[in-house]
Amino acid sequence: MNGENSRHGTNRIKTGVFNGTIWIIAGVTFAILLIILGYILVKGVPGITLGFLTQEPSDLGREGGILPIIAGTIYVTGLAVVIATPLSVAAAIYFNEYAKEGRTVKTIRFFTEVLAGIPSIIFGLFGFAFFVVFMKMGWSILAGGLTLTIMIMPTIIRSTEESLKTVPMAYREGSLSLGATKWQTIKKVILPCCKSGILTGLILGVGRAIGETAAVMLTVGGSLLMPTSVMDSSRTMALHLYNLASEGLSEKNTYATAALLIIIILLINTAANRIGGRLAKE
Amino acid sequence: MKTREKIIEKLIFISAVVSVAAVALITIFIFSSGMPALKETGLINFISGATWSPTNGDYGILPLIAGSLSVTIGSLILGIPLGIGCAVFIAEILDRRPARFFQSAIELLAGIPSVVYGFFGLVILVPIVRQIFGGNGFSIIAGSVILAIMILPTIVSISANSISAVPLEYREASLALGADKRQTIMKVILPAAKSGIFSSVILAMGRSIGETMAVLLITGNVAKVPGALTDSVATMTGTIAMEMSYATPAHQQALFAIGIVLFVIIMILNGTAQLIMKRFGGLS
Repeated sequence: MNGENSRHGTNRIKTGVFNGTIWIIAGVTFAILLIILGYILVKGVPGITLGFLTQEPSDLGREGGILPIIAGTIYVTGLAVVIATPLSVAAAIYFNEYAKEGRTVKTIRFFTEVLAGIPSIIFGLFGFAFFVVFMKMGWSILAGGLTLTIMIMPTIIRSTEESLKTVPMAYREGSLSLGATKWQTIKKVILPCCKSGILTGLILGVGRAIGETAAVMLTVGGSLLMPTSVMDSSRTMALHLYNLASEGLSEKNTYATAALLIIIILLINTAANRIGGRLAKE
Repeated sequence: MKTREKIIEKLIFISAVVSVAAVALITIFIFSSGMPALKETGLINFISGATWSPTNGDYGILPLIAGSLSVTIGSLILGIPLGIGCAVFIAEILDRRPARFFQSAIELLAGIPSVVYGFFGLVILVPIVRQIFGGNGFSIIAGSVILAIMILPTIVSISANSISAVPLEYREASLALGADKRQTIMKVILPAAKSGIFSSVILAMGRSIGETMAVLLITGNVAKVPGALTDSVATMTGTIAMEMSYATPAHQQALFAIGIVLFVIIMILNGTAQLIMKRFGGLS
């Protein structure tokens, strides 16, 4: 009896320790997130002034604002999203609507997953060798945008495919039995049901493109001038943050750039979650 | 109508093949740009060469491999217990609503750009390491800690998924036999979910090795085989990123050759993870 009791006793202690450990681990993780976000926002937000957003940088970014860098970020990201979205949506349609599970589809799917796992520096090397040198684009918004296009495709494909899968088979059958062709069914029935899934993928793609640094560093160059064409070298906010941080140029502008990046990422995540939530309800 | 439909179908197929073409192009261009350097130095000499000194024409990447491995292993030692703990917390401890909240917090960690992690490490972690352990602070320790945080989302989301995939009957049977929650988690659920957890760790390892900007800012970039945890190291990724912009053609080829080594390592890791997940479908 006594032995039984003490075994129960040690078990209770062990369970207590176990639960405590898990809660501590979770607490530490959550604290880390809050510390990273909090520290950078508190130090950086005061630096995000109207002048910071609307002025050109001077003295290599030590002084002034980041207007050309914001423009560069929008151009590079925009280019990537504009090209990647139709390609990715079409690819997802192929996987989900046209392809019959067979060797070809398995191969293509495998390559898409491989693409998602390649580290960004490899994309950078490729973009440099292919777009910058081989295609003679030079360090430019175009070369960077195209490199990021390939990088964000798996994200948009995955998200679109998930939402295509949620469209009930009956919708397809109903439309086809009314005499609509396959493409008409996809365009008029299936895709409208998937708007929020596609949008989520697109937003996540934007997030990935904005935060990307290594691939941009090797393909876009790093010019601080206001870009006037896609063939110009430019700089994105993430790359600007790296340059400021590594050279210790200006504490105020470094924190402000980091905070701006974090705010954008927070907005993007909230938007994706909202739309994702709506998707779950649909 | 018929022909239009056919054309659209072809266009859709072509879009699907773009990712295959992209992977093929990436492979071709990385290999063809790096091969000359590998041939010149010889694969064995390149990998086992102890000196990386491009200005003298010494292209041995052993110090860089050692640098990458040291921060990767460090990040796994810190990240695996944290990650599995969080996964258990999400899948077994919390109710649905708070679990979803905690999961989105973890996903937010995945959304923070790596350069922001690097910057945070530079201004917070490096000084802390300098204070506690001495040295200049740019170290394996600092790199490992930041990478551990960065790989958490990978470990947590995949592990939590595979823990949730363990059938309810397993839990019920274990509890019915008189086991408590801890015993059920440790002896039944985690072993049942081990293949998913294992593949999450392999994927996380790939992320650690491939990560560039964070390590570039905090490991100090000294291409020497480290002797202590407080030593500065240069990683394969960091070296490529830092030296590409000013490299001479021969030096550039050597950097692409590092890219080949990195590419092969990542392919092996990700292929293994995918194979495990496919074979066991999350459950062993």
